[in-house]
Amino acid sequence: MSNPTRPVHTAPTFAQSVWLVSNREIAARLRSKSFLIATGILLLISMGSVIVGSIMSQNTSLTRVAVVGTAISVVEQTQAFDIVEASSVEGAEALVRDGSVDAAVVPSTNTDSPLGITVITLDSAPNDVHGTLTVSPDVKILEPAEQDGFLAYLVAIGFGIIFLMSATTFGATIAQSVVEEKQTRIVEILMSTISVRALLAGKVLGNSLMAFAQIVSIGLLVSIGLAVTGQRVLLADVGPAIVWFAVFFAFGFVLLAALYAATASMVSRQEDVGSATSPVLFLVMIPYFMVVFFNDNPLVLAIMSYVPFSAPVGMPVRIFLSQAEWWEPVLSLIVLALSTIVVILIGSRIYSNALLRMGARVSLREALHR
Amino acid sequence: MLDIRGVTKSYGTRKVLSDVSFTVGDGRMTGFVGANGAGKTTTMRIILGVLSPNAGIVLIDGVPVTPNDRRRFGYMPEERGLYPKMKVAEQLVYLARLHGLTPASARRNTDDLLERLGLTERARDTVESLSLGNQQRAQIAAALVHDPEFLVLDEPFSGLDPLAVEVVMSVLAGYAAQGAPVLFSSHQLDIVERLCDDLVIIADGEIRANGSREALREQHSSPRYEIRTAGDTGWIRSQPGITVIDFDGDFAVFEAETDAASQAVLHRAITIGAVHTFSQQRPSLATIFKEVIA
Repeated sequence: MSNPTRPVHTAPTFAQSVWLVSNREIAARLRSKSFLIATGILLLISMGSVIVGSIMSQNTSLTRVAVVGTAISVVEQTQAFDIVEASSVEGAEALVRDGSVDAAVVPSTNTDSPLGITVITLDSAPNDVHGTLTVSPDVKILEPAEQDGFLAYLVAIGFGIIFLMSATTFGATIAQSVVEEKQTRIVEILMSTISVRALLAGKVLGNSLMAFAQIVSIGLLVSIGLAVTGQRVLLADVGPAIVWFAVFFAFGFVLLAALYAATASMVSRQEDVGSATSPVLFLVMIPYFMVVFFNDNPLVLAIMSYVPFSAPVGMPVRIFLSQAEWWEPVLSLIVLALSTIVVILIGSRIYSNALLRMGARVSLREALHR
Repeated sequence: MLDIRGVTKSYGTRKVLSDVSFTVGDGRMTGFVGANGAGKTTTMRIILGVLSPNAGIVLIDGVPVTPNDRRRFGYMPEERGLYPKMKVAEQLVYLARLHGLTPASARRNTDDLLERLGLTERARDTVESLSLGNQQRAQIAAALVHDPEFLVLDEPFSGLDPLAVEVVMSVLAGYAAQGAPVLFSSHQLDIVERLCDDLVIIADGEIRANGSREALREQHSSPRYEIRTAGDTGWIRSQPGITVIDFDGDFAVFEAETDAASQAVLHRAITIGAVHTFSQQRPSLATIFKEVIA
């Protein structure tokens, strides 16, 4: 049939269809108040943790000591004290008594004293003054730990939490939007218009872009926060790990998104989404708990960093701890990318087989069967 | 022309369509009638490529339909659905663009359709805030927004008030008048009777009757006539080849063995006096339907 008054339809290409679908997903997300609020809270928490960290580290002000005469040269060398000069030993003692200084350092009357100074305090020997002015032997550590254990713990848990939160938030969003289309039956119109793969790809792409944007903004915010609050040293340590985390997250999330979409497509009602997607939720929570319990176990971390579900957390932690060779993240990324492709293929099969089955939950066997 | 040939579909061991074949001609409003579960929706889904058949093909003008041809169809699924939280106009533009329209023509078509369906004032409302009748109109708009060349509509009239039924009927008739093949299913046989040119009756996954409305009526007409005259019609009983079924003074219903026998009755009636009506009894669609699926 030809009718010249009709506009010529140019079939949208696969890519165009995917792009249209993903744009709708993004627009729908940006319009949802719950999404905006959740994102705001996540950003506030990340920002807050940087600021709190900075305040904690600046809290160590210099100890005030009163110094008399020749002792000043010894005290100045350490550069660890706020120095108040006193004219006499008695004057220094008075300052200690009234609490305006924590301790006084005076020339020693005992000629045997190796440093030639005496430390005067009010009631107990002050550890910091005492320790700083004590001569200690040089210590040579053969295998120095790259990172402080507690800091490593914090960084590991930070990656774990961000991965867990982003993956579950956006995973649940994808699952809901799949079931929304199925429940409202608009999926039938969509399926009669574009291919099921384009629909799935568009949903995964749109939500992955949003999740990735969230991760990148958290990363930027934390980096800027660290720089502004003067924690440049920490930034230099964490920076590369954050970048790798973002890269791994991009792939890892696509994998999870495809799983969420496929499992959600097996049910027909929003009430059933939770139970249908719970196996995926376990997959997301495993790396979180692993990293909480095993962040000081290099073997477990090494395994984690290659298993596709936990690599987005495991590999950045290992990079931060300098446990990974340069090629390891690349290899792990290839493993992750390949498994993502496999999961997308299986997922799109489940998705297209289950989409039109309304009512009772579709069993996995039925969904995989042609 | 839309040509459905030998389409068979089973779910497991349950056969839902067996060897379904019919055509929807250009410019023909084709009514698709069948009981619940007869296979109408499955057939329509297969035409649209949403489902794939176990056997058989769908042809457009003799050429097998490809996934790319789908964008030329306007489809209204039986189970209604649009995005509840999306605005009506926005949703229509989105669907038009998925069908390959440019943003400008998608917007133009949306505005035109909303105007024709009386939804212009609701364009910026979300679908979930519309009344059921208006949601139904929006659904029809969704099937038409991309200027389809073929229409496949599953129960387009269910849930519409009589006024809306008229609006939708005229919109569909307009499409057929432009030469588009239109296939629609309905349980409201009176609407089908008024609207359709052709009729396809399906039962238990098999096509039971198929053809133009008039031809079907002809086929299912009994050799039964009714006559009303000015005087008494008792004489008809003595006519050769005639069996009187019903008789009431000036009115009679009779069956004729041949056309000639019925014409003889008419001739004689005219010589006796005035004839008010003489007609062959035409079965209604409902009667044909019952007869066919029995």
